[in-house]
Amino acid sequence: MTASVNLDHGLILAAALFVLGLFGVLARRNIIFILLSIEVMLNAAGLAFVVAGAKWGETDGQVMFIFILAMAAAEVSVGLALMLRMYHMLKTLDADAAGSMKG
Amino acid sequence: MLEFLWLIPTLPFAGFLVLALAGGRLSRGGIAAVGVGSVGLSSIAAFAVAAGFLGQTLPGHFYVQRLWPWMSVGGFTPEISLYLDALSLVMMMVVTFVGFLIHLYSSEFMIEEEGYGRFFAYMNLFVGSMLTLVLADNLLLLYLGWEGVGLCSYLLIGFWYKEPANGLAARKAFVVTRVGDTAMIVGLFLLFTNLGTLQIQELMRLAAERWAVGSGLAIAAAALLLGGALGKSAQLPLQTWLPDAMAGPSPVSALIHAATMVTAGVYLIARTHVIFSLAPVVQEAVAVIGALTLLLAGFSALTQTDIKRVLAYSTISQIGYMFLALGVGAWSAAIFHFMTHAFFKALLFLGAGIVINALHDEHNMFKMGGLRTQVPVTFWTFLIGASSLSALPFVTAGFYSKDLILFETWASPAGSRWLWAAGLLGAFLTSLYTFRIVFVTFFGDAKMQVSRKPGGIMTAPVVILAVLSVLAGFIELPSSLGEVRIFTNFLGNALPAETVSPGGSGDGMALMIVASAVSLAGIFAAYFLFFGKNRVADLLAGLAPGRMLHRFWFSGWGFDRLYDLFLVRPFVWFARSNKDDFTDLVYIGMIWLTGRFNNLLSLSQNGKIRFYAAGIAFGAVVVIAIAVFL
Amino acid sequence: MNAVFYLSAFVAVISTIMVITRVNAVHALLYFIVSLLSVALIFFVLGAPFIAALEVIIYAGAILVLFVFVIMLLNIGSEAAEKEKQLLSPQAWTGPALLAAVLLAELIYVLVKGGSGAGGIGIIGPKQVGVSLLTKYVIGVELASMLLLAGLVGAYHLGKRDRTKKRRTA
Repeated sequence: MTASVNLDHGLILAAALFVLGLFGVLARRNIIFILLSIEVMLNAAGLAFVVAGAKWGETDGQVMFIFILAMAAAEVSVGLALMLRMYHMLKTLDADAAGSMKG
Repeated sequence: MLEFLWLIPTLPFAGFLVLALAGGRLSRGGIAAVGVGSVGLSSIAAFAVAAGFLGQTLPGHFYVQRLWPWMSVGGFTPEISLYLDALSLVMMMVVTFVGFLIHLYSSEFMIEEEGYGRFFAYMNLFVGSMLTLVLADNLLLLYLGWEGVGLCSYLLIGFWYKEPANGLAARKAFVVTRVGDTAMIVGLFLLFTNLGTLQIQELMRLAAERWAVGSGLAIAAAALLLGGALGKSAQLPLQTWLPDAMAGPSPVSALIHAATMVTAGVYLIARTHVIFSLAPVVQEAVAVIGALTLLLAGFSALTQTDIKRVLAYSTISQIGYMFLALGVGAWSAAIFHFMTHAFFKALLFLGAGIVINALHDEHNMFKMGGLRTQVPVTFWTFLIGASSLSALPFVTAGFYSKDLILFETWASPAGSRWLWAAGLLGAFLTSLYTFRIVFVTFFGDAKMQVSRKPGGIMTAPVVILAVLSVLAGFIELPSSLGEVRIFTNFLGNALPAETVSPGGSGDGMALMIVASAVSLAGIFAAYFLFFGKNRVADLLAGLAPGRMLHRFWFSGWGFDRLYDLFLVRPFVWFARSNKDDFTDLVYIGMIWLTGRFNNLLSLSQNGKIRFYAAGIAFGAVVVIAIAVFL
Repeated sequence: MNAVFYLSAFVAVISTIMVITRVNAVHALLYFIVSLLSVALIFFVLGAPFIAALEVIIYAGAILVLFVFVIMLLNIGSEAAEKEKQLLSPQAWTGPALLAAVLLAELIYVLVKGGSGAGGIGIIGPKQVGVSLLTKYVIGVELASMLLLAGLVGAYHLGKRDRTKKRRTA
């Protein structure tokens, strides 16, 4: 079941998803949403890899996606643990509240 | 005998070193022995060398003693070498002999001072530098001696450094002479770049070959050298330092500011006479400056009350005569007057020193009086010196030297009637103010009692100088008195002979009579104005115009005020306004800017994660833009 | 097949927009899962069935479920109101929107200028991927496993609550 999909459009989709995730990181103040937007960006990057790999007919794109997946898993677990710590310490989930390292 | 030449400057330097390093450990007698002895030995060596020089006829009439090469830098190779010809022989003999007499005098004069060793160290250094100046073969070595005497002048004027006024006077002397020294060094640069050497005889030969008479380079070089001479010899416009330099001890005034250092300018011009001959404009300027200065100083000397200040203005005036002689081409006459002046001026200063010392440091001569009976030897020697200064006819050396100058001013093609008239008026003023001192100080009622009479060691040099003030003139008699030309013939080997315009030589007798009449008139005028209780001069000074003139002449024709207004005040204002150093502001500005920049940038460290993420995104946008579009 | 691609693309974009604009965290998560599912479908269309499966199983099924658990653990209820305020202020999102738009424009420009042809020629199955992983990229596999170990230890340590320590700190 092969189809000739225009790869440019695939990459443009990946770019669009990435930019949306970037917007989420910059515009939301809640830590949970920031972490979630980072996941969106990671996903978009993986999509770009797979699309690029599909052009050459090699496994490289998919392998790269697997590594991204592994990295996302590790990052999410550590990130959420940190978020829990922060919540217990600062009693809020506002990202700007953790801004004492300034000046 | 000639090979002892190098000893002459070396012995005083050696004396200086011994006293500077070990003077603290020697006794008064030891210090005096070293200080006076070094100059005495130098004087003996000078006599030996003179005997050797006169005893044989050297080819070219000069003797060069090369000591060692000084430096070798890109084609510039001055050496430490000494040059002896008739001119430097005369200068050297005067400096060493008069220097020795003054050292002897000051061994007793300064006996109670705590800086005894320091004094003799400085004096020895001075004599050594002066001898270097006089015996130098090249202008660089001469300049070394020049600077050395300037330094010693500063050190010795401010000898009693605990008094702030003395330090100020020393500084003033140094700064004013420094103006002249700068002109001189620029002149040396000019000479070297254009002629390639600073060796004096070589320099003059090349200048005569390459430069036309009246060419711009010759005028520039001569003018710059003249600038240096003006500073050192205290002529217009750099004469303001010499009256204040009287803050130093009397032997210092005698040696440095009467006999030797202030004549260094005269020596310089005589030494480089070829360059001046190549620039007639400058030579004329020398004569005019000499004439103006001698009148200016003469009038100022009439009003001073400090006995040493009168003598200081008198020195300025007499050096004006020497400059006048140089300016009209009477080279030997100028040196002749230098020699006689050295004798009688040193005598007058030493005598003044005795008087001041005897009256417990009283300088104001109007507070003195009637010292004739109290210090008779001093009186007679002072009288002889004063007569010589006033050019008392026939019996004094000063008469012959001044007459020669006046004759040359009249007769020489470069001279003029106006210059002669100025010289004549100056002679009148000289007798006037000189005998003013004599009458006010030594005649009349005794207002103060003498507390200390001079001892033998102080009296002997004074007597010797008095004898010389009389006898030294007889080696040069004008044609109307039986022509004796020992001196000018001797110097004719080193300096060009005077030229006399046709028809001028016949006036010699007439001029001599006029000059004699003038000097006697001055003495009588002094008697009229200043002798006795109710002085006519006081009456004259009491009138309104008299008061104004008195004040004007007293301040040295207002030069100090002039310089203060136009030079000192703007400079001080500028220094004060630059107190916060506008070049420093550049660096402070940089610091301030960096600080502001830091404050600005640290606003970006606000601790907010989203802000940092935005920064990364923005950076990514910019980098991609650059990569894609450029 | 192209229609499937474009349809899933549309769904993915719409649901991602919903993710970033929701106020309730759980709602956002659920929209994200929809986005992931549509991306998985795109993978399938491009001839990477293994990756499509992995996307659903691991990303949607493990990572996001972890998210859900942690959010439940936090027990945040009333904070939804304050977040709403921040969301609605235009000054909060004009800057990021502008930046994101510029970036998107640049990326699209680069991609369109480059121009690559059609793809998705053949299906790359799991077997090929596995062979490639364990021969060509075996070092990467080892490194990824070490990374996961580090993540595990880190998460355990950070998540631990030490009662005595907490009383002394702020």
